Amino acid sequence: MTTTAPLGRIGQGLLRSRIVAALASPHGVDRYLEIVNPMWAAAEVRARVVYVRRETHGADTAPVATLTLQPTATWRGHRAGQYVQVGVDLPGSAKRMTRCFSISSAASAPGEQITLTIRSHNEGQVSKFLVEHAQPGQMLHLSQAQGEFTYDESAATPTNNHLLFITGGSGITPAMSMVRTLLRDGYDGKAGRKVTFLHYARSVEDQIFADELAEIAEADNDVTVHLRHGDHVFSEFELRRLVPAYRDTDTWACGPAGLMELIASAFDGSPKLRTEFFKISTAAASGSAEGDVVFARSGEQSANMGATLLEQAEALGLKPEFGCRMGICFSCTTRKTEGTVRNVRTGVESSLPDEDIQICISTAVGSCSIQL
Amino acid sequence: MTATQSLNTDHENVDPLDSIDLDAVKKLTAEQLDAFGAEMDAIRQRIIGQLGDEDADYIRKVVKYQRGFEVAGRALFYVPPAWPLAVVALSVSKILDNMEIGHNVMHGQYDWMGDPGLNSRMYDWDNVCPGEQWKYSHNYIHHTFTNILGKDRDIGYGILRMDEDQKWHPYYLGNPVYAVLLMVFFEWGVAMHDLEVENLVAGKRTLEDNKPIYPGLLRKIRRQALKDYVLFPALTGPLFPLTFAGNVTANLIRNVWAFNIIFCGHFPAGVATFSEEECENESRGHWYYRQLLGSANITGSKLLHLMSGNLSHQIEHHLFPDLPARRYPEISTEVKEICERYGVTYNAGPLGKQLLSVAKKICKMALPPSKALA
Repeated sequence: MTTTAPLGRIGQGLLRSRIVAALASPHGVDRYLEIVNPMWAAAEVRARVVYVRRETHGADTAPVATLTLQPTATWRGHRAGQYVQVGVDLPGSAKRMTRCFSISSAASAPGEQITLTIRSHNEGQVSKFLVEHAQPGQMLHLSQAQGEFTYDESAATPTNNHLLFITGGSGITPAMSMVRTLLRDGYDGKAGRKVTFLHYARSVEDQIFADELAEIAEADNDVTVHLRHGDHVFSEFELRRLVPAYRDTDTWACGPAGLMELIASAFDGSPKLRTEFFKISTAAASGSAEGDVVFARSGEQSANMGATLLEQAEALGLKPEFGCRMGICFSCTTRKTEGTVRNVRTGVESSLPDEDIQICISTAVGSCSIQL
Repeated sequence: MTATQSLNTDHENVDPLDSIDLDAVKKLTAEQLDAFGAEMDAIRQRIIGQLGDEDADYIRKVVKYQRGFEVAGRALFYVPPAWPLAVVALSVSKILDNMEIGHNVMHGQYDWMGDPGLNSRMYDWDNVCPGEQWKYSHNYIHHTFTNILGKDRDIGYGILRMDEDQKWHPYYLGNPVYAVLLMVFFEWGVAMHDLEVENLVAGKRTLEDNKPIYPGLLRKIRRQALKDYVLFPALTGPLFPLTFAGNVTANLIRNVWAFNIIFCGHFPAGVATFSEEECENESRGHWYYRQLLGSANITGSKLLHLMSGNLSHQIEHHLFPDLPARRYPEISTEVKEICERYGVTYNAGPLGKQLLSVAKKICKMALPPSKALA
C-alpha cells in the first residue's frame, strides 16, 4: 500500500492540532499545504489519478473508463457500495464541477487506492472529462465516502443469506464493489451462500467489466451472473424464475429510473430491497404545479412549472450555486422564506418558514418565495 | 461645461473638480440612462462569457504569493537583523490578503469557479472584522446604496463628515483627528462598523439589535489576537517582544494603506452624492450612473493596482462589483470611452493628488458650511 502522509501519523496529528489551526487561522492548514504539495492535506480529501483504463470499446456507445485514484492520507476508506463526490477543475472554463460516482473497487482502508468506473455522458461535463481527457497525474477533489447503499457484513462473522444484485448500465459499479469485496474477503460459495448478479446493459459492446464478470461466473464460487443485453427489459416474471423468494432476499438495486421503478413495483415495499438512484427523475415528482415561485433577491418570478426550484431559477436566467444536482453536496442550499416545498428524493413536504432547502431537489407545492 | 472636463487635461493651480457644481453633473435623461445602462450590461455580459482559466490562474497565483510572503514574514522574525524585512513581508501578505484576495473573493468575484477556497460564502480574511459581517455592510448596504446620503453608511463611516449635505455639528471640528485615528485603527474601525454606533447614538438602533453580532465578532478578534499577538511571538521564544512589535507594525501598515486607498474611492473632490428622493424607483441605468459619479479612480502602475486590490479602479469595481478585479483595467478603457460619448466625468488621478483632495475635504468638512461656497 502506498502511503501519502507527508510526515507519517505523528505529522498528520500535528497538522490537525488546535495550535496549528490557530496559527493558520482564518484560512486553515489545507490552504497552505495545497500550495506546497496537492497531495498534502490535514482535513480535505484530494486524489491523484494514477491509472486510466478504457472499459468499453463500442464505436457507437458512450465510452466507459476506470480511473485508479490515490487519495490523500485524509481519506478514511469506504464501505462497499458507497459513493464519493468528485470535484474537477474543468480546463478552459476553470469551473469546478462536482458530481457523485460510486466506487467500483472493493472496500478500502484509510489512505488506500480506490477506483471509479465512469460512463461518459454527452451532457455530463464531469464524466466526459474524466473518461475522455483525464490522464495520470490529474488532481481531483473528493469528499469522504458517503451513502448507506452498502454491504456491511463483517468477513469475520459471515451469515449464510442469499444476496441479490440487480443493476442497469453504469449502476453496476456499487454492486461490483460489493461482489469484489466478498471475493477478496474469502467468499467462495463453499459455505452454501448464493450470490445472484443480474445486470442489464444496452449491448454486448456496452457491457462494463465483461471479462471480470465472465471470470467470476466461471469460477467455482457459487456466484451466478445473468447478463441481459439490448431490449431485454426487467420483468417480475423473470426475476421470480431466477430467485423465487426474491422479496425475502437481501437485494441491492441500482440503475436508471425506468429500471428502478420496475424493480420497486416488483418488490412491492419489501424492506429487503435497498436502492440507489444515480439520477433524479423529476417526472416522478407529483408536485401540484400551480401558484408562483418568487425569487426574492433578484425580483424574478414565474409560474410554478413543477420542476425543481434550481431548474426554475435557471429557466429565468438566474445562476444559483449548485453542485451535485441530486441533493447530496448542499452547495445549492438556499433559504426559503415562505411556502411549501417537496423534497423529490424523499417525497417529504415542508412548510416551515425561513428554512434552508436544497433547491436542486425541491419542488414548490403551490406558491413559495426563495432567497435567490 | 465643467462637468465634462477631463481630468487628464493639464490642471492649473485649481482643480476644476474642486469648484464643480455636483448637481449639474447629473444631467442624463431617462432615455440616455437606459442606453447607458445597456452599454454597461453589455460589457458585463461579454466579460462573464470570457471568464476562465486566465482569471483562475491569476487569483491562484496571487494567493500563492500572499501565502509565500506570509510564511516568509513569520519565519524572518527568527532572524533579528531581518526584522524590517519580516515586517515588510508580513505587511505585503496582509495587504494582498485583505485587498486583492479577501475583498474581491468575498464579493463573489470568483464564485463561478466553484472552488470552496475562493468562495464568497467560505472565505474569511486576515483581519479582525468577520467576513460574514463585512459582506452585509459592504456588499449589500454600501454597494447597493452607494453614496446615497442617509443610506450608505460608508459616507464618513458614521464618524466623519465627508459631504456638504451632512449637517454640520461642533463634533465635526475633530474631523481630521477622527480620520487619523480611523486610519491607525482601520481594521478595528471596519470591525466596529457593523455595530452602527452612529445609529445607536441617534436612537435608530438599540443595543439589543447588536447582540447577534457580538459572538462572531469576539470570536474573530480572539483568533486574530491569539495568532498575531500571542502564538507567533511565543513561538519565537526570547524574541517575543520583537515579533510582537513586528506583528503590530504589519497590521498598522496594512491599516494605513487600506485606509488611504479606500478613502480615495469615494471622497476625492468631484465625487457626487445622491439623495434618497433622487434614487427612488431607480432604473438599472441610473444605478450604473450613480456608481460612476459616486466613485473615483487612482491612476498608477500595475503594482499599485495589485496592492490596492484594484480598488484603484473603484469606478469599474462599483459598476461591476462581482467581476474579477483583474478585469477592471481592460474594462476601464471602454468605460472611459462611453463616458466621453455621454459627456460624463470620469474621476481619476494619481494617488498623491487624490489623497490631497481627500485630506482637503476632511479639513473643509470639519468647519461649518460658509455661505460663499457656491
